Amino acid sequence: MIEFLVYVAAALTGVAFLLALYRFLKGPSAADRVVAFDALTIISITAIVLTALVEGRGIYLDVALVYALLSFLGVIVIARYMERGL
Amino acid sequence: MDALLPILGGLLLVGGAAFLLLGGLGLVRMPDLFNRIQAGTKATTLGTLLTLSGVACLQPAWGLKLLLIGLFILYTNPLSSQVLARAAHRAGTEKSSKTMVDRLAEDTGEK
Amino acid sequence: MNILMTGMSAVLCIAMLGAALLAIRVKGDDSLPLSILAAGLVSLFASVLFLILAAPDVAMTEAAIGSGLTTFLFFFLLARIRGTAQTVDKNDGSALDGRDYD
Repeated sequence: MIEFLVYVAAALTGVAFLLALYRFLKGPSAADRVVAFDALTIISITAIVLTALVEGRGIYLDVALVYALLSFLGVIVIARYMERGL
Repeated sequence: MDALLPILGGLLLVGGAAFLLLGGLGLVRMPDLFNRIQAGTKATTLGTLLTLSGVACLQPAWGLKLLLIGLFILYTNPLSSQVLARAAHRAGTEKSSKTMVDRLAEDTGEK
Repeated sequence: MNILMTGMSAVLCIAMLGAALLAIRVKGDDSLPLSILAAGLVSLFASVLFLILAAPDVAMTEAAIGSGLTTFLFFFLLARIRGTAQTVDKNDGSALDGRDYD
């Protein structure tokens, strides 16, 4: 029962990942792609946490923590660049 | 209670993944950049937080680390989306034809 | 490695291919920042793939260096290069490559 629910959650996350990837590849402007990049990072954090749950290893959560920090810094840098060239 | 907690965790996982799916759908379907920012940031933040709490219900020993990740996302994600929206607004991204009100342009005295 | 991990690896490989193709094929006004962004996305997906292949230390290094530091360094240098072009434009009245740097 629980395993089935985890698999359903992973499938839904995969579909969301593909939709955000479509927006990243298609996106008309640069800012659209930055938004899709942000969403892809957040969805990747969820995928990492689900991987840690399925594999049963708590050490994987450290990678998710590094990710949360880096996605924030990356989007801030890109936004500053877009605004007035860093 | 002990039998109830994993079921609650599984349901929270599915709910969070459904919110992630809605965020991705909004990212594809919304008409202009600012609507995409709000769909792609708010919905994914809520979805990730629900998923993290679901995993915390399934594995209570990981609670502290998951709480740290959740707090980090809760603080940084709205900030980065706001900075991005302001940068796009200053760069003059065109709005959808259905957009009626632009408070930021009124405040800064443009147009 | 069960069916879930296999499916996630397949989706990640397709995403890496798409992002890498975008990084070399993107055209337009600001194709250079978009290439940097797509290259950062490739190493982000590679990091998740390393994690699925049960190497969390490699994944953490890839996320910190490949996706974080390299993207930041590229954007910083791009801004510096653009600033130099602006200075030249201001001095002799013409940009280096004839484009309009705002």
